[in-house]
Amino acid sequence: MKILKLEKSDLDKWLAEWMKSSPVYAPVQSGFGSFYDWARLEQGRMPELLPGVPKSSIKTFLFPQPETLEEFSADPADPSAFILKAPKTAEQLTIIAGVRPCDARSVSLNALPYAKDPYYSNRLRNTALVGFTCETQCSTCFCTRTGGLPTGTEGLDIAITRMDNTFLAEILTQKGELLAEAGRTGTDAGGDALSRLEQSRKNSGSPVSSADDPAPILREKDLMALYQAPFWQEIAEPCLNCGACTFLCPTCYCFDIQDEVIRDRGRRIRYWDSCMFPLFTLHASGHNPRGLKLQRVRNRFMHKLKYFPERFGPISCVGCGRCIRECPVNIDIREVYTDLLAI
Amino acid sequence: MTKQTADNPNNQMVNSYTPFPARIDDILVETEDGNLKTFRIVLENQKDISKWNHVPGQFAMLSLAGRGEIPIGIASSPTEKGRILFTVNRAGVVTKALHQMETGSRIGVRGPLGNGFPVDSDLKGKNIVIIAGGFAFTTLRATLVYMLANRDNYGKITVIYGARTPGMLLYRDELKEWAGRNDLEVHVTIDSEAPGWDGLVGFVPTIAGEVAPSPENAAALICGPPIMIKFTMPPLEKIGWTDDQVYLSLENRMKCGLGVCGHCNVGPVYVCKDGPVFTREQVQRLPVEF
Amino acid sequence: MSDTNSTITLEIRARAGELLASGEVKAFLGFAEGSIPMATRPFIARTPEQAEKLVWNSFCVINPAGFLPEVLKSVEPSRGPKDPPPEGPLPRVGVVATGCWSRNMVVQMKENQVSRDRLVILGIGSRGMVSNKKVQAMVGGRDITAIEEGEHSLTVHCDGEKTEIHRWDVIRDNCRTCTHPDPVIFDYQIGDSAGERHIEDRYVQVDKIEAMSAAQRWQWFQNEISKCIRCYACRNACPLCYCPTCFVDDSRPQWVGKSTDPVDTSIFHILRAYHCAGRCTDCGACESVCPMGIRLRILTKKLEKDVLEMYGSEAGLDLEAPLPLATYTMNDPQQFIIKG
Repeated sequence: MKILKLEKSDLDKWLAEWMKSSPVYAPVQSGFGSFYDWARLEQGRMPELLPGVPKSSIKTFLFPQPETLEEFSADPADPSAFILKAPKTAEQLTIIAGVRPCDARSVSLNALPYAKDPYYSNRLRNTALVGFTCETQCSTCFCTRTGGLPTGTEGLDIAITRMDNTFLAEILTQKGELLAEAGRTGTDAGGDALSRLEQSRKNSGSPVSSADDPAPILREKDLMALYQAPFWQEIAEPCLNCGACTFLCPTCYCFDIQDEVIRDRGRRIRYWDSCMFPLFTLHASGHNPRGLKLQRVRNRFMHKLKYFPERFGPISCVGCGRCIRECPVNIDIREVYTDLLAI
Repeated sequence: MTKQTADNPNNQMVNSYTPFPARIDDILVETEDGNLKTFRIVLENQKDISKWNHVPGQFAMLSLAGRGEIPIGIASSPTEKGRILFTVNRAGVVTKALHQMETGSRIGVRGPLGNGFPVDSDLKGKNIVIIAGGFAFTTLRATLVYMLANRDNYGKITVIYGARTPGMLLYRDELKEWAGRNDLEVHVTIDSEAPGWDGLVGFVPTIAGEVAPSPENAAALICGPPIMIKFTMPPLEKIGWTDDQVYLSLENRMKCGLGVCGHCNVGPVYVCKDGPVFTREQVQRLPVEF
Repeated sequence: MSDTNSTITLEIRARAGELLASGEVKAFLGFAEGSIPMATRPFIARTPEQAEKLVWNSFCVINPAGFLPEVLKSVEPSRGPKDPPPEGPLPRVGVVATGCWSRNMVVQMKENQVSRDRLVILGIGSRGMVSNKKVQAMVGGRDITAIEEGEHSLTVHCDGEKTEIHRWDVIRDNCRTCTHPDPVIFDYQIGDSAGERHIEDRYVQVDKIEAMSAAQRWQWFQNEISKCIRCYACRNACPLCYCPTCFVDDSRPQWVGKSTDPVDTSIFHILRAYHCAGRCTDCGACESVCPMGIRLRILTKKLEKDVLEMYGSEAGLDLEAPLPLATYTMNDPQQFIIKG
């Protein structure tokens, strides 16, 4: 793996060079309440990285809504009317810069259920993730309790770490190499760069292992013992059954599919859906297997912490803390971890 | 990922979201209330026809462009070449629209999806009891037709099928034909006496208790309303049937049919991908979320 | 904690504890401490011991009225859908209420969602609640690790530094223009009355938008709602939204698309606001819970202004007064029917 040394001005140059041929997105601050979210960069609008994660997760890019699955003609005179065809995908690279390790990890976690999803795979192939490792852990950050690390590089093409006033860029993939080349600046950081990086991480006091990963323990626990645990009622009671947690969560990947027709053109789209909504499971007969709030809240946490690890191994949570920060009634997934692990 | 790439040299994944274009070839009104119709579907493209291969118990998404999709059990057996049957109950937005369509109309079919009954593995060599209630007979019809076409692979076959009234029975012509066969035991029942009906009268669980064979080297395939399944189990258990011998087909709201969209999960399993067929033993270990 | 808040907290705990101990109420709906700074958790105490968890501070932004139907149901003896209601009075529920929340309870009573005799209301004169988004903006979006609340100030801990903020500077917009901070109905008064407030520029936030041209206004609206992720936190936090099936969820027929297409999102927000006309008390819950920071309540505030100007009516002030949009009088203005 190559490591490049960059000055702040080199970083700006990288972004400026990339913008010439690709859309580049990064977190910026704007508007009411210090709204910190992704925006497309342009000359003069450069990223301002704050500690922690932006408002929306990067699923906004890899799992956008709405996403057109197929298009069709709704003109009865057309011989191919009502035949659904997937739209042609443009092979255009999109660069997401300033990605935090937790968000980057969510991309690989979502790729597990989406392994055979052509839309997700296409976007993954056409997206480059340039990450910034974390120097600060916010009060709502808990990546080390999910199998991740503030300095983790999983899912990234380039991982940038600040070292005093310069930056070290780990070029992790072929896509990363292409980007570094296109950036047209930066010097080789030398053979000992990796060990210097590791040493500096150690010195910074940043956690170096995710020893608190609950996945192995939760996988072994009896499913029905967790499901029937006494604490679900108390956790669910204040819940509003809104979708704020699921829609901001980088690893909530459920969707609904719907058809839309405007005059003689139609499309089938998918868009985010939430297991918090009663309609999510409602049968046409009126029967609803998860008609109660408690059942829906339990399903969300059980999916992340038990069902997903049983199926794929890791838990479906990266510890970004968005759900904790934005839950209107302060349901804190860290407390659910503690409760489940105690069963 | 690597495997996918190897299978598809141009790096194009199979898109399982896109339905095959198909035409409605024939429509048969099954029940006296008109709420159940059987649609005979023919795929439009030869390459789709040659690729199509399903197992009894699987389902497909019927796709009405502009309306949406709906998961429907495949009512035909793979041995009935050239036709795919779906018996559809008029219930929601899509099924209502489908019921209004005419022969020759274009729809889409996406599938086959799900696991199906293990007709070529676990069920092979066994005595089979098929127990069905109301319009849940559809995939069991597929299974029965398949088993009759491969008759030597199975032991004794018993069918117990019930509906509210004679007019609510599905596949009435075939029921008559099957009743005449000597390699098959058929018990058709209706809930209460009706004029002109000289067959069995009584609920499916009662009849099952009376005619169910010994559980020895046997498997039961049960499809019907939850209440029927619930009351059918005790008489079977009484004569020694165990949960691992009983196969059920679950239903849940579905969208993708591929185990991705998250709607149909029952605990850690997806009805659309891991099911819809489960043994009762498997179901008993899951939350009751179906 | 400020003196006022700690006094109120202790009084709530004592009163709720008594009510639960005596059996006068079966459950008490209030707030508990949250797990992060600036968060509280709606909390239902069912035993006198649990009442000790109740707190009162400047971050109680959820309107408890929204939970009342569910909590009331939870204390009823369980029965099947076809069973007759039990004989005798049903168990009661205690709840805290400020001016706007109590007005929402009045609206709920008029709309037959809750019944007065099943509630024991602890009335609290509101000093206004703090907007966590405004506080966040004050510290440039940095991570806040702790907040201490003084009588008129907040001390924000951030990156090891302390920042002192004047409380009124970060009060929610709805509280800033509130004219009825005292509860309109209650059984026990907790703390002191907040007194009538005379706000000169009650609709200043709406006036600003109204002063724009139609095109500018539309631009403003589109810009605000472009952030919407359709999570429905606004709808679900609103005590006025209790339809069993919301028009956005209905699929037979489908009134509105479910994705974040601007057309669909616009329809959702416009219709949501109109459904609240003449009923909204500007409690601000919708705006407080919006994870995307959309200034939602300007829409409902505009309708509040219109209803006051056209019908002289304010929601939830009077248990006897008719609902303005469900009543017709000969004096009703009719500019929208007859021009001139």
